[in-house]
Amino acid sequence: VCIHRVRSCSSIRFIKSKYVCVFDKSALKFSHQQRLFRTSAVSCGQIVQFKLSDIGEGITEVTVKEWYIKEGDSVSQFDSICEVQSDKASVTITSRYDGIIRKLHYSIDEIAFVGKPLVDIEIDASKGVAPEEDVVETPPMSHEEHTHQEIKGHKTLATPAVRRLAMENNIKLSEVVGTGKDNRILKEDILNYLAKQTGAILPPSPKAEIVPPLRKTETVPAAPKDKACKIPVPVSRPTAFSGKDKTEPVTGFQKAMVKTMSAALKIPHFGYCDEVDLTQLVQLREELKPLAEIRGVKLSFMPFFIKAASLGLLQYPILNASLDESCQNVTYKASHNIGVAMDTEQGLIVPNVKNVQVCSVFDIALELNRLQSLGSAGQLGTSDLTGGTFTLSNIGTIGGTYAKPVILPPEVAIGALGRIQVLPRFNGKGEVFRAQIMSVSWSADHRIIDGATMARFSNLWKSYLENPASMLLDLK
Amino acid sequence: MVLQSLKNCLWLSCVVRTPKACFRSTASGSLVIQSVSNDVYQNLAVEDWIHDHMDLEKRQVLFLWRNSPAVVIGRHQNPWQECNLRLLRQKNIKLARRRSGGGTVYHDLGNINLTFFTTRKKYQRMENLKLIVKALKALRPQLDIHVTDRFDILLDRQYKISGTAAKLGRTSAYHHCTLLCNADKFVLSSVLKSPYEGLKSNATPSVPASVKNLFEEDPSLTSEMLLDAIAKEYAMQHQIDHHIMLINPADETLLPGINDKTKELQTWEWVYGKTPKFSVSTCLNIAYKGSVLDVKVNMDVKHGRIEVCNIDLPEQWLPPGLYSELVKNLTGSKFCPNETTALVTTLLRVCPQDDELHSRWSLLCENMIMLM
Repeated sequence: VCIHRVRSCSSIRFIKSKYVCVFDKSALKFSHQQRLFRTSAVSCGQIVQFKLSDIGEGITEVTVKEWYIKEGDSVSQFDSICEVQSDKASVTITSRYDGIIRKLHYSIDEIAFVGKPLVDIEIDASKGVAPEEDVVETPPMSHEEHTHQEIKGHKTLATPAVRRLAMENNIKLSEVVGTGKDNRILKEDILNYLAKQTGAILPPSPKAEIVPPLRKTETVPAAPKDKACKIPVPVSRPTAFSGKDKTEPVTGFQKAMVKTMSAALKIPHFGYCDEVDLTQLVQLREELKPLAEIRGVKLSFMPFFIKAASLGLLQYPILNASLDESCQNVTYKASHNIGVAMDTEQGLIVPNVKNVQVCSVFDIALELNRLQSLGSAGQLGTSDLTGGTFTLSNIGTIGGTYAKPVILPPEVAIGALGRIQVLPRFNGKGEVFRAQIMSVSWSADHRIIDGATMARFSNLWKSYLENPASMLLDLK
Repeated sequence: MVLQSLKNCLWLSCVVRTPKACFRSTASGSLVIQSVSNDVYQNLAVEDWIHDHMDLEKRQVLFLWRNSPAVVIGRHQNPWQECNLRLLRQKNIKLARRRSGGGTVYHDLGNINLTFFTTRKKYQRMENLKLIVKALKALRPQLDIHVTDRFDILLDRQYKISGTAAKLGRTSAYHHCTLLCNADKFVLSSVLKSPYEGLKSNATPSVPASVKNLFEEDPSLTSEMLLDAIAKEYAMQHQIDHHIMLINPADETLLPGINDKTKELQTWEWVYGKTPKFSVSTCLNIAYKGSVLDVKVNMDVKHGRIEVCNIDLPEQWLPPGLYSELVKNLTGSKFCPNETTALVTTLLRVCPQDDELHSRWSLLCENMIMLM
């Protein structure tokens, strides 16, 4: 075991034997000044046993609760290895070394003992072994942790963060000119080196590298510290990208959607689009909004769209039907259970308002409020989400004009509503006026619905909305 | 005591100028800070932030915080086992998982939380608790309070008024504890009772205890008085001025990266997904058309997701294709009522359109969802 002062690193002894990792505790305590323990291993692929260090309070055993790594993973110094628990205290054990995990000595829920091996790590031969940081008494002059890297007999000083940056970019520290004190390699030096090599500019380093040095080193007056402190922003813009692809299995609700959408696409869709002049409806809603608020209900445009759709379905009931699997029978549904597509954290959910044919616009608004608050709380029930016969998707709240909605089986039609735009239009007298225009895109099952039916339904729906007073005539 | 508002405090004007400056050392270094937020996730994120980013070598920190109603489970606990999740959802009580160990607690504004930040070497729970007892006794000498060797604080030798937990990292550590001033004991006992039977797990179980509010012992006490008394004692022991610095856990300039930490604490993967592997073995009693079906259900849940799912249905009650579709989709899915509801209702769209079938499916699925 070699003991050196950081500032006066004279000679380094190379130790080959397996007791490289063993630190005698008593030896560590005999100095109050800064001390770092450093050992170096030269042999290739050396397996060191990383022992569970002292937890404090005289605790001798802990329970292993979670492993963050598995055998075969590579770890860097300070990476989290596992989480152990002892008497209401949860402890994160971090790696002392860079290397590859070769053996986990405990499985989950087993008791681990302080001082006994926790994991075996195979250390890369070309890199030095990091000091035992959990017993390092932070030196009065500097809060940075230094590691020495011995390559070809040169000592190169660099912080772990800088070392990692070098490693990520496959740079040998020995080839970089350090501009810090004692020829210390700073992050800027690595970035400059890379810029020279590739002629390209580099990505900023991850947050973790920037923030801790700033926080921990600001109170220290030493000169080299200042240099390290002055790296609050990345020196260059990103072009080289070091991200990794991430693959996740398709599960749960997403998996069910895959099945449903695949079935949906088997339906021969046809589309029909139009634009609706909502100028009068906008005005009507403004008048009715405060009335609804008095009754404790938020009134949007949807209740009108839904009611108008139901009135339309009374005239064209085939749009509220269902075709059986063998395409032998069409079932005309008596209830107009109109689904409203809702965007939630999970994705697209379609709760429906039941029996719109017997509901007033206010009833629909009330029910929508209920479904919306349940939807955002993630508490919609199965009955809210089943039994739909026709769907409206108000994608316009997010944006867009025309869309190509996909029919949700077992339904046969769906409408997508774009956003309301203020556009110039001509009135009957040939004058230009400000119109509130919304586009609608219908999709229908061409096996049982023809274009003419869809067009007539759309025209009827449109006429109710363009002239809301006409809804009064047909309201049931 | 001087409680400085964000606008007036001399130091906090530094916050506006130079965020880092406010964490510069005062005369001796230690700091007492208080959160202006009652959001449990934001406050837990502050703990994480201090633990990860502050250099505690020169200074120690006492962090004071209170939360609006929330249940907080320990790092390695099982929320299904520890509390009544359905009741929590109904009452809109938040569920959070902290990073320290220990058991489950109920927080509301009548409970105060104290976190003592030190370096890993200076980690000392007993000393912290003794500090609290000393402060309380200075305020009300007649209080019969003492610290047990389980790191609880007991009132009148029998009622728990404080529970403790701790987190140790590479170089820093923190010890936090609760203190019951005027919490709603009725809600506390009803949410901390799990209705679950048939749950097998190695998660850390909580040890239930009778609790009492300090307010019940002495109605003149308020949370503010207690916070102040403890801050005063801490300031005295650390030889610093008795100032409490207010911090806003949403302030990204003061605490860079804090909002990401807050978000992480709210993810499903953290709150539920970190539950140690457990198994559910129960019998659903499904009332159907005048008779009651006994349906045995066995599920293994790992990382909060259903790893294995067995439902013992009477033969032909559901067509076999449909049954296997249900099991196939549940496997790998989150053990979550919302996810499962969305899943089963979506699957229903591609089932044969038969009313009888639909009602059986819905009945079975609703019962399954009740388990989550």
